[in-house]
Amino acid sequence: MKQRLARVWDASAGRHLLLALLGLVVVVLVVESVSDFRNVQLAALAYLGIAAGGLTVLTGLNGQISLGHGALMAIGAYTAALMLQDGEPPIPLLGIVLVSMLVALAVGTLVGVAAARLHGPYLAGATLALAVAVPGIALRFGETLGGEAGLRVRLPDIPEWVLDAAYFVTGSELTRSSYVAYLAWLVLLVTYVLLANLSRSRVGRRWRAVRDDEVAAELAGIGLGRARVSAFMVSAAAAGAAGAVMAFAVRLAAPSGFTLTLSLTLLAAVVLGGLGSLTGALVGAALLTFLPDVVTDAGRSAGLGDIRAAELAPLVYGLVMVAVVLLAPAGLVGTVRSAAARRRARSSRSGGGTTPDRRTTHTDAAPTGAVPTSKGDVR
Amino acid sequence: MDGALELRGITVTYGGLTALSEVSLDVEPGTVHGVIGPNGAGKTTLFNVACGFTAPDSGTLTWEGARLTRLRPHDLAGLGIARTLQGVGLFDRMSVLENVVVGADTRARSGFWSSLLGLPRSSHEERQLREEAMTVLERLGVASYAARTPTSLPYPVRKKVALARALAARPRLLLLDEPASGLAADEMDELGELVRELTGEMAVLLVEHHMDLVMRVCDQITVLDFGRRIAQGPPAVVRDDPAVLAAYLGDAVEGV
Repeated sequence: MKQRLARVWDASAGRHLLLALLGLVVVVLVVESVSDFRNVQLAALAYLGIAAGGLTVLTGLNGQISLGHGALMAIGAYTAALMLQDGEPPIPLLGIVLVSMLVALAVGTLVGVAAARLHGPYLAGATLALAVAVPGIALRFGETLGGEAGLRVRLPDIPEWVLDAAYFVTGSELTRSSYVAYLAWLVLLVTYVLLANLSRSRVGRRWRAVRDDEVAAELAGIGLGRARVSAFMVSAAAAGAAGAVMAFAVRLAAPSGFTLTLSLTLLAAVVLGGLGSLTGALVGAALLTFLPDVVTDAGRSAGLGDIRAAELAPLVYGLVMVAVVLLAPAGLVGTVRSAAARRRARSSRSGGGTTPDRRTTHTDAAPTGAVPTSKGDVR
Repeated sequence: MDGALELRGITVTYGGLTALSEVSLDVEPGTVHGVIGPNGAGKTTLFNVACGFTAPDSGTLTWEGARLTRLRPHDLAGLGIARTLQGVGLFDRMSVLENVVVGADTRARSGFWSSLLGLPRSSHEERQLREEAMTVLERLGVASYAARTPTSLPYPVRKKVALARALAARPRLLLLDEPASGLAADEMDELGELVRELTGEMAVLLVEHHMDLVMRVCDQITVLDFGRRIAQGPPAVVRDDPAVLAAYLGDAVEGV
């Protein structure tokens, strides 16, 4: 039994599933113990986290930058909103997430094909154009897309069996906002498991190889274009799913929700947490979701007026950003992780004295069975 | 006899400059073929033609009986051809082991969906690739560095990792670009032994200016000077060829 468990853990997909199940338990505990208002925030954290997770795969693992992920979220959100006009959608909400994801995936493929030929600032510029253009589309086609006011989202009634199941598990009635929070976190966990699988697999390795050295990657038989486009597609799909969840949570899809700020927020979350790390993306998203609140509350209790207190948030946010970039350029999670790795290395060196010097390694046979597993970037 | 790799009448010009003129050579299966010549003789150009990076103005390139035209860099691996880069060209943010696994990637079969879902087939294959990569690292004596990142390693070790990555693809033709550059004498000896060991396993095309290494490990040698082939044959013959002595080797050979 123990051995079998160890084998499941060793296969990274099994580990990701177990972690996701653990995450689900935590989500149930948290959602049930906090207020409705906090549940709305939790849902917001989830959709930012989903999109940031997709972006961290693109930027961290494949080295492409995108300032257009907010626009891809908008595409997902509008798709979901269009299907939720009368409160009686033709398919369940999770199906709507899937459809939104596919639409964003289609658009992302087009953008990705163009992006694969661009580098650095040019890629940033091209995706920036996307971020600026997409909200404009909503204004241009005001009749179907609701113009400036946007589309209202009517969520269908919570299905009977969900209410029953929730009552069975928690012993209390499921509210609408906790329902949305559950949905949002379910999508997040599934997305993260899939993204983590990819990044630890052959696909993720190819993305990272292309990021690190194009010529060497090509010589290993990796087509640069294919690797780049596939990374963009995966990332766009995540953004589309995030957009649908956002539509559920905000009950509105309007141009004002998808300004350039959203794209920049996502990028900030990814950089704060640590490029290429899913945990980092979630931590970064959490920081951006809760920091304004915490800071505003702190300001108020320090005797500032409401407006002054609210002005504090962007200031602190900027300071945190500067501090992280200066002091922990690998991001919060990246820095913690490399510190832990250093400590491990130190203790194993002093403990076993196994670090061979340069001369002796030529004949040094590695201990068999001690094949190190990959130190993949995403965990 | 058909060579594994055949270059016939290769001419490459850059503007008015003729980098290679009517150069032909065969790399027979399972043998080591060296290309030597002074700087500017066209060694690197020849090498780039051999792996399709440079299209010749005239002449043909044949690999295992099929003519190669319009070869893209990422097609090489699928043809069973691996090459090392003159710079080391490792993936700096991946572990040494992962670097080598990338080399073996061309033999992997699992696709996007089985990776996405983490299906047993894909994780089984991953494990297998890791073990194979580890075996190659052991063979080159650098297995103890498997978990490190390349930037933290001394240059000779990095070169070995790069070679391990090329070998992990189990190529039928290995193209080595100046493998001895930056190595100390004893490290070069070791490299020589390794290349010798590869004989019979795969064909090797070696471009190198360290004369004694080439003389020691190669079955056949092509000598270039100013873009022309001035001699070709086994080391013993090339060494005594008057044209080579006159044009290039001079004192170096008398000293050997």
